[in-house]
Amino acid sequence: MSTKIVERKPLSFFENSYLPTLVSGLKVTWKHFRKTALEGQSLTMEYPEQKWVVPQGYRGAPYLVKDQEGDTKCVSCQLCEFVCPPKAIRITPPGPNGAPADRRNAEKAPAEFEINMLRCIFCGLCQEVCPEEAIFLQKDYSLTGESREEMIYGKARLLQLGGTHGGIQKWKHKLEEAEAQEVFPVRTP
Amino acid sequence: MNFFDYLEPTTQFVIFSAVKILIVFGVTMTFVAYAVLAERKISAWIQDRVGPNRTAPPITKYIPILGPMLVRLGIFQPMADGLKFLLKEDFTPAYVRKVYFWLAPAIAVIPAFLTLAVIPFGSTLGNPDNKMVIADLNVGILYTFGIVSLGVYGIVLAGYAANSKYPFLGGIRSSAQMISYEIAMGMSVVAVFMVVGDLNLGSVVQYQAKHGWMVFHQPLAFIIFLIAAFAETNRLPFDLPESESELVGGYHTEYSSMKFALFFLGEYAAMISASAMMVTLFFGGWTLPFLSDPASSLLGGLLHIAIFIAKLVVLLVVFIWVRWMLPRFRYDQLMDLGWRRFIPLALGNILATALVLAFISP
Amino acid sequence: MPDLTDLLFYGFSGLALFFGFLCVANPLSRSPVTSAMFLVLTIVSLAGLFTLLHAFFLAAIQVLVYAGAVMVLFLFVIMLLDLKEEERRRFRRFTVGAGVIAVGVIAGLLLQTVLKAVPYSPNTTVLAVGATRPLGVILFTQYLLPFELLSLLLLVAVVGVILLTKKELK
Repeated sequence: MSTKIVERKPLSFFENSYLPTLVSGLKVTWKHFRKTALEGQSLTMEYPEQKWVVPQGYRGAPYLVKDQEGDTKCVSCQLCEFVCPPKAIRITPPGPNGAPADRRNAEKAPAEFEINMLRCIFCGLCQEVCPEEAIFLQKDYSLTGESREEMIYGKARLLQLGGTHGGIQKWKHKLEEAEAQEVFPVRTP
Repeated sequence: MNFFDYLEPTTQFVIFSAVKILIVFGVTMTFVAYAVLAERKISAWIQDRVGPNRTAPPITKYIPILGPMLVRLGIFQPMADGLKFLLKEDFTPAYVRKVYFWLAPAIAVIPAFLTLAVIPFGSTLGNPDNKMVIADLNVGILYTFGIVSLGVYGIVLAGYAANSKYPFLGGIRSSAQMISYEIAMGMSVVAVFMVVGDLNLGSVVQYQAKHGWMVFHQPLAFIIFLIAAFAETNRLPFDLPESESELVGGYHTEYSSMKFALFFLGEYAAMISASAMMVTLFFGGWTLPFLSDPASSLLGGLLHIAIFIAKLVVLLVVFIWVRWMLPRFRYDQLMDLGWRRFIPLALGNILATALVLAFISP
Repeated sequence: MPDLTDLLFYGFSGLALFFGFLCVANPLSRSPVTSAMFLVLTIVSLAGLFTLLHAFFLAAIQVLVYAGAVMVLFLFVIMLLDLKEEERRRFRRFTVGAGVIAVGVIAGLLLQTVLKAVPYSPNTTVLAVGATRPLGVILFTQYLLPFELLSLLLLVAVVGVILLTKKELK
C-alpha cells in the first residue's frame, strides 16, 4: 500500500486547555508587532514613492517599435489583430492608394494602429505572432487616463512609447540580397 | 451657573442627564471610529504591514512636523471612512424581506449603546449629587444583560431578512452562539455579585475600592466573562456568524453603505460596552488603589474619567490583539466549550464562592 | 392634568394590548416570524409596566429571559422549520373554538383576580427600590416548595429533551 495512515495522538489535558496555543499565538504576534511597530521594519512597499524593479521578460503593455534606422517595423499584416484574444488591436491598412511605407522595400505600413489598453490583457500573443518583430510587451504596468478614448493608444503614441528595437531587419537584408543579385556576382570558389 | 441654581431639581436632573447622554454618545462614537483605526493599525503591524497612512486633509500641510506624523499614524482615516460609508450607494436587493431588512441594522446598533447607560464612568465632577453614570439603576447588571440579549435580534433578523443562505446560516449560528455564551457570562457574574452583595454597578466599584480589584477575588469569573464577551461581540476566535471564509460575510452579506456601517458600528460599540463592563466589574472602574475617593473637584473628576478610559483602551487593545492570536473555532468546538466547559465551571465557581462566603468569611 | 406615571401606564398597556393583538391576528402578515416579533414587543411593553410598579428586577428578568432568550429560541425554531404552510392556512372551526375557550378561561381568572384585588391606595408602602433582596427572601422561605418544584419540572424537561435527541438510547 502506498498510502500511509498517520496516527493522530489524542490531545493531552494541557493541550486541550488551549493554553499552549494561546501562548504561542501571543509570542508570534508580539514578535511581528515589535518588529513592525517598534523597530519600523515593515514589508510594505509604499508604492508611488518606492517603485518596483521590473524583472527581465516581464509582460507589460504592448508597444510598437522602430528599427535601428528609425523606421516603422510593422507591415500591417494584421496577424496580431486576428490573434488578439480580447480584440484590443485594430489596424487600418493603407489600402491600394495609401501612403507607402517609410522604409525601403517594405510593401506597406499601417495607416493607423490602435491598441485599446482597457481591453488588452497583456498576454503577449501579438508579440509571439508578429513576423516582423514589430510589437513588444514592454515594462509599463501602470497605464492611466481620464477617459476611455484616451486609453486607446494610436500609432504615433505607440511608436513613441515603444522606442527602438534592434534585431533582424528582414526587408533590409532582402533588399541587399536582391541588389547583390542585380550585379551578377561571380562566386569564386 | 447662576440661573441654573434657580431651576427646579427635576429640571436640573433632566438637563444633567441629557448632557451626560450626549457626551457619552459622542465619546463612544469617537471611540468606535478610532477603535476601527486601532484595529486596522494593530492588525497591520502584527502582519508586517504599515496600515492606513495616507489620509491627509489639506490643513495638515500647515502643521510643521506634527502634521505628517499624524498622517502617518492615520489619525484622519476615520473621517474618510465615515464619508465613504455615507456616500456609497445604499442598495436593497429585490428579493429581501423589506421591513426586517431596514429594521435589523437599527436593532443591532441600539442595544450596544443602551448598555452604556448603567456604566459608572467616573465619580463626580465636584458636586456629589451628580454621579458620572447616566442611569444609576439598582439592578444595573441585569439591565445590561437584558439589553445585550436583545442585541441578538438585530443579527437574527438580518440573516432572516436577506432571504439567502449564507446570511441565514450566519444568523442561525449567531443566535445559538449568543444564547449559549450569555448563560456562561451571566453565571460568571453571579459569583461577583455574591461577593459584593449588591446588583448596582456603583457599589461594585465601591467594594473594589475597599477590598482590591475583583480580578484577584474572582479570577475564574473574569476568564469566563472575558471569553464569553468575545463570543457575545462576535469577535475572533468566535466570529462564526460572519466568518468570511465560509459564509461570505455572514448576516451582513447583503448589506451596503450606511446599513452595513450600522452593523459595523454596533459591533465596535458592543466591544466598547463589553470592555466597559469588564473594567467596572473586574478592574475597579474609575478607581486606582490610591485614588479611590469620589472626586471633590472638577479636575479630580476628570482624572477619574481619564483612568476609566485608560483601562478601557487597554482592554480594547486586548480584544484587537487576540484576533490575530488564535484561529477561528469550529462550530462544534464552540458549542462544546460553551456548554460543557464554561457553564459547569461557572456553576462550580458559584458553588465555591457560596461555600467560602458561608463558612470562611461571612 | 394627568400624572406622567398615569400617561406612561396607559401608553405601555395600550402598546402591550396592541402588539398582543397583532401577534395573534395580524391582518397584514401571516408570517410566524412577524408574530414572534410582535410577541417580543408585547413582552417589552410588559417590562415597561413592571418598571412603573418599581419592580426593576422583574422588568429586567422579563426582558432578559423572555425577550432575550425564550423568544430568540422561538425565532430560531420558526426559521429552521420554514413554516410555509402556516402562512397559507385558513382558520379552522376547531382552532377558533379552542381559542375562544382558552381566552374565556384566562379572562375568567383575570376577572376573579381583579374583583378580589384591594384597590390601590397611596399608603401602600412600596417595597425597597429594585426589590431584589425581599423577592429573594420570599422566594426561598414562603414559596420555597413551588420554587423547588418548578426547578424539578425544568430538570425533567431537560432530561426528556436529551433522551429524545439521543436516538441510540431507545
